Amino acid sequence: MKSYKKILLTAAASLIIGTQAFAAEKLRIGTEGAYPPFNLIDASGKVVGFDLDISHALCAKMKVECEVVTSDWDGIIPALNAGKFDFLAASMSVTEERKNAVDFTDHYYTNKLQFVAPKNVEFQTDEGYLKGKVIGAQRATIAGTWLEDNLDRVVDIKLYDTQENAYLDLASGRVDGILADTFVQWEWLKSDAGKNFEFKGEPVFDDDKIAIAVRKGNDELRERLNKALAEIIADGTYKQINDKYFPFSIY
Amino acid sequence: MTWEIFIKWLPSFIDGAWLTLQLVGVSVIAGLIVAVPLGIARSSRHLAVRALPYGYIFFFRGTPLLVQLFLVYYGMAQFDVVRQSALWPYLRDPYWCAIITMTLHTAAYIAEIIRGAIQNVPHGEIEAARALGMSRSQALLHIILPRATRIGLPAYSNEVILMLKASALASTITLLELTGMARKIAARTYLHEEMFLTAGLIYLLIAFVLMQGFKLLERWLRVDACQGR
Repeated sequence: MKSYKKILLTAAASLIIGTQAFAAEKLRIGTEGAYPPFNLIDASGKVVGFDLDISHALCAKMKVECEVVTSDWDGIIPALNAGKFDFLAASMSVTEERKNAVDFTDHYYTNKLQFVAPKNVEFQTDEGYLKGKVIGAQRATIAGTWLEDNLDRVVDIKLYDTQENAYLDLASGRVDGILADTFVQWEWLKSDAGKNFEFKGEPVFDDDKIAIAVRKGNDELRERLNKALAEIIADGTYKQINDKYFPFSIY
Repeated sequence: MTWEIFIKWLPSFIDGAWLTLQLVGVSVIAGLIVAVPLGIARSSRHLAVRALPYGYIFFFRGTPLLVQLFLVYYGMAQFDVVRQSALWPYLRDPYWCAIITMTLHTAAYIAEIIRGAIQNVPHGEIEAARALGMSRSQALLHIILPRATRIGLPAYSNEVILMLKASALASTITLLELTGMARKIAARTYLHEEMFLTAGLIYLLIAFVLMQGFKLLERWLRVDACQGR
């Protein structure tokens, strides 16, 4: 009887310790915080946006606590690899180059690249028109890479630390147009600052898969994130978040 | 990092280093030209003469260069008045924005160096010059400024090295100087450590050459070398 009690107590104790250890598992989400509407810092200093809503939904499904860490965009992969955070939800496109540095989950939305320019300009997206034009993009993004790969000798490429700075220069007329993610552009065009600008031409690239990145070889976390992602898509959480930001599906 | 990657990107690094040298070279020389009258006025005994350079130096020494760069580059471009002015072709260009800001910034520091140097010219020498019948301006031109140059030179060489490193901030306004270039290449290759190490070594090399140059200049301008001429 005595030993039975002991076993019971030990079991209870280990259960408590066990659940505590489980509850204490804390994951850090890395993001940029300057890429509305996907990730941005709101007036109260909180990091919010589509990427964060998805991440928090995933954390809830995985039953872990998550905190958000921000990092400059062009140092964000090294920061992930240095262990500053556990996974990276920052609207990152899956590219072959990046696959050498990190592992990606399944995609959580599909992005396009599209030009934005002032409304009163007959902006064309063919090489003949673009010759000698100044086009802005964010540094270390696929928009920047796309410009370098496809229009390097044609346009004058200006690379910005943040997308917001690129828009400042579009508004001041230093650049003739901006190439960036369609949804980010869509959000900016809706804003007051973007009221004199519009999309120009069709998306120049439209199969850009956006996924969460984890450190190379961290298959355990990647699998868990994939599973949680499938769950939030299946149970409608994803659609809810999508509809909060866009009147169309971006998956 | 394999040598192929290094060789592939070396021309870009050289372009970046060249732009860094231009930014630093132009700003420390233009800054010196701006700073000489400022420094002389700053060391004046009259409050009215001293006040304006004091305010200028107070503002540019008291605010970070990054903030100044953003104010000039992004801030001024928000105003239609600026965009329609004759200066816009220059202010539109990040190169000129960086040069203007860095010049104004370093001029404030150099002016303080000049003030300190002028006030450290031995008083006896100024009195001797005046006793020999030199006017105030003659004494300034022939005695005080040459002596102050020698006294202020080490501090000025320090400021040049500081500006070399501060020029990295120009990468935030889209200039592909050495740091900007390293960031761009690192973004393409994901070889962050290697690319920043390369940039760091180039900065060290430039700083070394500058330091040796100033050392030679200091030797050439040392007091006993000037005697007996």
